[in-house]
Amino acid sequence: MVRRGTPRRLAAFLMLAGLVFVGMPPCAVAAHGGKTIAIDYLALDTSHPTPSTLLDPPPLDTGLRGAQLAIADTNTTGRFTGQDFVMQVSVERDPAMVVQDFERALAAGHRLFITDVPADLLLKLADAKDAGSAVLLDATSADDRLRGADCRANTLHLLPSRAMLADALMQYLAIKNWRRIMLLTGRDPADALYADAMRHAAEKFQITLQADRPWSFNPAAQQADTGHYQVNDEVAHATQGVSFDVLVVADEADNFGDELAYRTDQPRPVAGTQGLVPTAWAHAMDEYASTQLQTRFHRATGRWMTARDYGGWLAVRSIGEAATRSASADPAHIIAYLHGPDFTVSGYKGPELSFRGWDGQLRQPVLLADDRSLVSISPQLGFLHQTNELDTLGPDQPETACHFH
Amino acid sequence: MPFPLIRPSRRCAAWILASVLAMWLQPAFAFRIFVSNEKDNTITVLDGASLKILQTVTVGARPRGIVLSADGKSLYICTSDADHIEVLDLASLTVTRVLPSNPDPEYMALSHDGKTLYVANEDNSQVSVLDIADGRITSEIPVGVEPEGMAVSPDDKTVLCTSETTSMAHFIDVATHEVTASVLVGTRPRFAVFTKDGSRVWVSSEVAGTVAVIDTGTHKILHTITFDLPEVPTAAIQAVGINLTEDGHTAFVDLGPANRVAVIDADTFKVKKYLLVGQRVWHGAFSPDQSTLYVANGISNDMSVIDVKNLEVTQSVPVGQSPWGIVVAP
Repeated sequence: MVRRGTPRRLAAFLMLAGLVFVGMPPCAVAAHGGKTIAIDYLALDTSHPTPSTLLDPPPLDTGLRGAQLAIADTNTTGRFTGQDFVMQVSVERDPAMVVQDFERALAAGHRLFITDVPADLLLKLADAKDAGSAVLLDATSADDRLRGADCRANTLHLLPSRAMLADALMQYLAIKNWRRIMLLTGRDPADALYADAMRHAAEKFQITLQADRPWSFNPAAQQADTGHYQVNDEVAHATQGVSFDVLVVADEADNFGDELAYRTDQPRPVAGTQGLVPTAWAHAMDEYASTQLQTRFHRATGRWMTARDYGGWLAVRSIGEAATRSASADPAHIIAYLHGPDFTVSGYKGPELSFRGWDGQLRQPVLLADDRSLVSISPQLGFLHQTNELDTLGPDQPETACHFH
Repeated sequence: MPFPLIRPSRRCAAWILASVLAMWLQPAFAFRIFVSNEKDNTITVLDGASLKILQTVTVGARPRGIVLSADGKSLYICTSDADHIEVLDLASLTVTRVLPSNPDPEYMALSHDGKTLYVANEDNSQVSVLDIADGRITSEIPVGVEPEGMAVSPDDKTVLCTSETTSMAHFIDVATHEVTASVLVGTRPRFAVFTKDGSRVWVSSEVAGTVAVIDTGTHKILHTITFDLPEVPTAAIQAVGINLTEDGHTAFVDLGPANRVAVIDADTFKVKKYLLVGQRVWHGAFSPDQSTLYVANGISNDMSVIDVKNLEVTQSVPVGQSPWGIVVAP
């Protein structure tokens, strides 16, 4: 497969040990015997803007490293079932090239795909010719529309949607009885989607929106000498005259969200994309034996697992679990098992996880954590559901906008 | 005249002798309970009769699985974060020996001849075979991801290992150290125990919240036991430790954060009763006469005492932080 990318990103990806098969044909066969199960990891290398702080620069290989760890985990199981899982990684800078790689793999008979691409590109892949008999495991998106009006029958989503994240936070605020929030929304389109999810969840759990304001202050200010005075004034000013319990921030790219806490007019905690964050995974998580996963990941990569890595890990583990349980290396059987009623995967968050039949979303607990501690895990106790408490997070079957064609 | 004087004194002497003998012999009938405390790196030693804490012994980092030596004189302790096994001398209550184990030993099983320990290395997907006399690892057997449950068959010919992420019960041939069969069970199998006749092995699955009873001859699952507790969230029903009574008719299954021990008729596999115990119940052990079962509660930091005949929880006794395993020693 042709690989393009900025030299830095390209180098970072090529450094990933073992599983990048540059120039190898898609039908690569594993070194040891057994039935080979081919998985394709398709990623679009989106150039991330530099974050506002030099602390903890985001790793360039999130998502993929989780998938690679799961390949190793799954192949350990494969030793006993005679199954070899081989993952071919293709990272492109041009969406058209991702589509081309996908079509080439389809033509070679591959049917199991893990994607790390934006919503529009994912839809392009899902709607491609011959994609109907494939499965796309969306490892990294949180877009509600992919689980709603734009859902596809051949696509499954591993990470919680924004709606699930928002419901997880609002359930927690409800049980704490912190029922008045102020919402501050950044300028990126993703921030608007996050804020929408928060508004909807607030209404669902009877949390009052005391104020709903955009944040337009220049995020570069805090890097100037004495800039912290300016930031402090600005945040105090923005939060003045509003009576609220929690400041909810929508800033997915980390442009300003970290600059809010301790600077508000009234002393109030921050939650949302920063502060107390609803997330699929957090490095402070050590319940439900997750220490084992955290340690394995850290040993393999030298860094902590992010939510995107967790999505990649879950995607491969789901394929592995379906292959083991269906005792088949045939993609058609694996896909049928993934969509079937018996499928579950263990995600180190307590209950077994499974896909919602109505929108292809993996139902799962959502962690509420800050940088240093796990604060809670939603669903909160007492939020009941007639079939599965996990379905109190995100759109339930009766309210889904997804109607598979 | 002298006789009446002498007679009582003889009787008295006999009485005193008997009393002294009885006092001297008493420790032989009494027993002690040992609890490993994962978070404060200690072993709590309790008197079996009074349930008073006799001593708290500091050991290596993160003690989890504990097993009594065949002669009953030592306790083998998996000190997981110290990456070795410590041998606690039960007379002096001091660690007298350290055995190698390979990284992250979580649980182990002892051969019935008392010579070999089979150790699950949770972090590197293998079982280490440890020659106790030599203090040497003689073999490493690759198994699935996150091996944990370990058991040795009564005839010492088979070792069973459960791997949690792989969701398998691996049957290992002791003679060849080869995995001869891998049985797919419910998600995150944690613990295994053979029946006394060796014909079956019971395997608990934590995330699935089930227990599989496997035929050791055919390696087929005979029955999968499920637990129905409407008042408990499904995710909290996690099967962990299992204790089978000597007569083989009853099984006690520790249900983790469901805070209950399920009592199962081992002939019909039906749940007879759920006993409410402390929080996140892990593992248990019977008293020597099997009249009492002690279980360790990992979150409430205590040990629940269960009356086996009446199926009642009679007492809870505070121990260390995050109690994990329990061993009863005469």
